[in-house]
Amino acid sequence: MKRADLWLPKVVVAPSFALSLFFVYGFIAWTVYISFTGSGVMPRYEFAGLIQYIRLWETPRWYVALQNLAVFGILFMAICMALGILLAIMLDQRIRAEGVLRTIYLYPMALSFIVTGTAWKWILNPTLGIEKLMHDIGWESFQFDWLVDREMAIYTIVIAGVWQSSGYVMALFLAGLRSIDDEIIKAAAIDGAGPWRTYVGIVLPMLRPVFLSAFITLMHLAIKSYDLVVALTAGGPGIATDVPATFMYSYAFQRSELGLAAASAVMMLVTIMAVVVPYLYSELRAGRK
Amino acid sequence: MTAREIHGIVRPKSAAATILRILLFAVLGLFVLYYLMPLIVMVMTALKPLEEIRTGTLLSLPKDVTLEPALRAWDSACVGVRCEGLKPYVWNSIAMVVPAVVLSTLLGAINGYALTKWRFRGADIIFGLMLFGAFIPFQVVLLPMARTLGILGLAGTVPGLVLVHTVYGLAFTTLFFRNFFVGVSDGIVQAAKVDGAGFFGIFFRIVLPMAPPAIVVTVIWQFTQIWNDFLFGIAFTVGDSNPVTVALSNLVASSTGVKEYNVDMAAAIIAAIPTLIVYVFAGKYFIRGLAAGAVKG
Repeated sequence: MKRADLWLPKVVVAPSFALSLFFVYGFIAWTVYISFTGSGVMPRYEFAGLIQYIRLWETPRWYVALQNLAVFGILFMAICMALGILLAIMLDQRIRAEGVLRTIYLYPMALSFIVTGTAWKWILNPTLGIEKLMHDIGWESFQFDWLVDREMAIYTIVIAGVWQSSGYVMALFLAGLRSIDDEIIKAAAIDGAGPWRTYVGIVLPMLRPVFLSAFITLMHLAIKSYDLVVALTAGGPGIATDVPATFMYSYAFQRSELGLAAASAVMMLVTIMAVVVPYLYSELRAGRK
Repeated sequence: MTAREIHGIVRPKSAAATILRILLFAVLGLFVLYYLMPLIVMVMTALKPLEEIRTGTLLSLPKDVTLEPALRAWDSACVGVRCEGLKPYVWNSIAMVVPAVVLSTLLGAINGYALTKWRFRGADIIFGLMLFGAFIPFQVVLLPMARTLGILGLAGTVPGLVLVHTVYGLAFTTLFFRNFFVGVSDGIVQAAKVDGAGFFGIFFRIVLPMAPPAIVVTVIWQFTQIWNDFLFGIAFTVGDSNPVTVALSNLVASSTGVKEYNVDMAAAIIAAIPTLIVYVFAGKYFIRGLAAGAVKG
């Protein structure tokens, strides 16, 4: 082996690693530090303890954002999972045209939400969209104004979010189903297990790793989702559909509350890390074997 | 298909099974409508004159098919104060996506190769630390990134966005290539080492020629991610340097004058076309990227 080959691999990885250290870890450290200062329009570097966190947790809008994230996140994850699994199982029945159906179910994932949000906004628009459609086919009393209703607007985000991501869960589970040995399914059929028992009792429990990665990805998507909300409701009406991602953006770039924005970003990071770090750790350990 | 074969779990040809089969297709068909509706509505609305939008409904077919809204969206619709349509922003997006994809893919390829075929002490830890970058909520880097771009003189520019996307794409591209190269036999590389081939010699002459599948997945994944990005675009660019997603959002949100829904929809289609084309023609690579994104090593 040439001498150069001893240090070349390290030298080659070094720039990327340095970029990660600076742009990921360095930046996180900066944001965390700023969240412990009194920074407003400009960053200030005197340590100020927990004041930003106290302010954050005294801001009513933060509670609105958290509540919305809870409603959106739980429904989004639950419906995506249910729909994705259902579609995957249905597609697993040796369906003709499976390829076409799969393509159609998954294409939303390839589009920017800014694009599809434009279409959803138009479909959900009370005076132009579904409501008008129903009136025109004779259902005069039909009402569907969730998009502009303070109480209901968050559910329109669920509708569009599920539309965007359920195909992804379908793809993951379909791949999982395909990896299961046909013999197991046949054996279950011979033992007299009906389709329901076969799936619920035997097949789905075998797909535990798929549940886990789908859950991690969906949760991650839900917490980060920014363009979804901006495209559909821009956080409105008022602040009715604010989520932590839009909260952070608005305090950082519109209200120039750097410290408070940093504190809210740290809260988001901590939440995601609590789930992702143990997951990554176990994945990498398993991969090393 | 013969009756005796067992098709998955639903067995065809008995009466109950036939009904079940029809039901299955009906449900699948309903979902097709659900997933396609926004696209159909978008295309139909974009092809209608404004008059027809007022009188018709969401799903009424365009009677007077017109490309005028599309042309206006491309060329002359107003985004903010600038009335040149989406055209300049599409160019911004291209100028951003091409170098960012090339750079992050190249770095990912060489990292993946070095981390799997020239394993050195700490290689796993380095990879683990880099991979973490794929999972952070980007909100946590927005503020320091904005300041760093300012210090570098790249604030509000397309090259600034190239830097951002390259840096935050690295975790993904390294992951893709690492997972691919792990599956490439060490034997070939060992043999080449014995024959005296060096680090780069092996990379360019042996490993890279084997890697087109990984390159395709990475390029497609990075292309869609970067083209579709909105958060970085809106946080780090201003007016003239906006990528197309931000311009589209501004176009749709503008409330001056008569709302031209057909132009909005045409603009949305323009912004969607590149990734849609990629998806239709290279969908399976896109799906592989998704699967890898879920860190299934």
